Amino acid sequence: MAKGGEVKLIGGWPSPFVMRPRIALNLKGLEYEFLEEKFGAKSELLLRSNPVHKKIPVLLHADRPVCESLVIVQYIDEAWPSSGPSILPSDPYDRATARFWAAYIDEKWFPSMSGIARAQGEEAKKAAIDLVVEGLSLLEDAFGKISKGKPFFGGDTIGFLDIALGCFLGWVRVTERTQGLKLLDQAKVPGLAKWAERFCADSAVKGVMPETEKLAEFAKLIMAKFGAPPPQ
Amino acid sequence: MADEVILLDFWPSMFGMRCRLALAEKGVKYEYKEEDLKNKSDLLLRMNPVHKKIPVLVHNGKPVCESLIILQYIEETWPDRCPLLPSDPYQRAQARFWADYIDKKFYGLGRKVWTTKGEEQEVAKKELIEIMKVLEGELGDKPFFGGEKLGFVDVAIVPFSTWFYAYEMCGNFSIEAECPKLIAWTKRCLEIETVSKSLVDPHKVYDFILQLKKALGIE
Repeated sequence: MAKGGEVKLIGGWPSPFVMRPRIALNLKGLEYEFLEEKFGAKSELLLRSNPVHKKIPVLLHADRPVCESLVIVQYIDEAWPSSGPSILPSDPYDRATARFWAAYIDEKWFPSMSGIARAQGEEAKKAAIDLVVEGLSLLEDAFGKISKGKPFFGGDTIGFLDIALGCFLGWVRVTERTQGLKLLDQAKVPGLAKWAERFCADSAVKGVMPETEKLAEFAKLIMAKFGAPPPQ
Repeated sequence: MADEVILLDFWPSMFGMRCRLALAEKGVKYEYKEEDLKNKSDLLLRMNPVHKKIPVLVHNGKPVCESLIILQYIEETWPDRCPLLPSDPYQRAQARFWADYIDKKFYGLGRKVWTTKGEEQEVAKKELIEIMKVLEGELGDKPFFGGEKLGFVDVAIVPFSTWFYAYEMCGNFSIEAECPKLIAWTKRCLEIETVSKSLVDPHKVYDFILQLKKALGIE
């Protein structure tokens, strides 16, 4: 069990990327100090701890920084191997599969989500939405193959890929609300729709998943201030 | 039962070279299949339906895609020989961070250097050099990013060096003049047999780029 003060996480409550290590730390039953960054003004500590990217999240373990959300999640899994469940699967091929879909989510799917708010005009918006729906269909397929009938991508408990995708559920709901869409449609992606409910209800997630209302307000603020969706 | 390992690849690809090098380091026998990217094989489209890209490692019929994911798979499947990642979790996290850094920053800028001209190219050149300087900072006084031996980050980065000559010729600048430490590191890597055998000739890469520019209508 990590002693108080040994683990710190620099982050912000709205960020899905910050949510990833928080879920991982919760799964491992680890205590940590959450150092909330003020939006729009980066702290000295953040700039010192992540000089390369200057971004959240940053994990500080005994003052040593680990950056990049999925790198942090893997670190948490490896640094505390006997605490809580394993976050990554044990089989190399399953690990490669989990990493593949996590990379797909970060490089293709989440950017396509941001594309919806950025799209100008009816046609562009429809194209942007189609792209996201297409991605969700791929992920539905992947869920079926990977979960093999179990509740999560990780099996009986939340794993790496659950964390990689699940962290975006708050933003999915905001997008559904502001655009008048149903993305996690029971009819189109039944597996994912039920998985999303289970994920959000999980004790490792509940306390760190922001309320849709709060997130929607935050999104409005960002759009008003910057005229664009929040940066990735 | 013998392992069946196939690598679907394209000779000038730095991402493909990463896999060739990792397999060589591990002493894994494999079948190299050259893809014609203008006419992708059925096998490639079946093995990587999501991205339809090389490299793809096919191990006993099962595909692994994305070069850094392939590297980790190779490391975890053949763990006993030439470990590429350190055993300490913190060092492993640092290695993964720097490999991710390369993928996020390097490729796009390199591409801009050989596909653009004028102001856009100047900006790309400047940013590329800045990234190389960051890498030099990370390398420090170590012979390799992995320390005393070739490691995960070395394998991830060294294939990009085969494109340096093409960048220099297209951008009319000298990488060695700006980043002598990085060039010294690439030369050190090339002294290793697995590296020199896995990497392609930079002059051939330049010829390939010239042909590609012609085909794409870029001067």
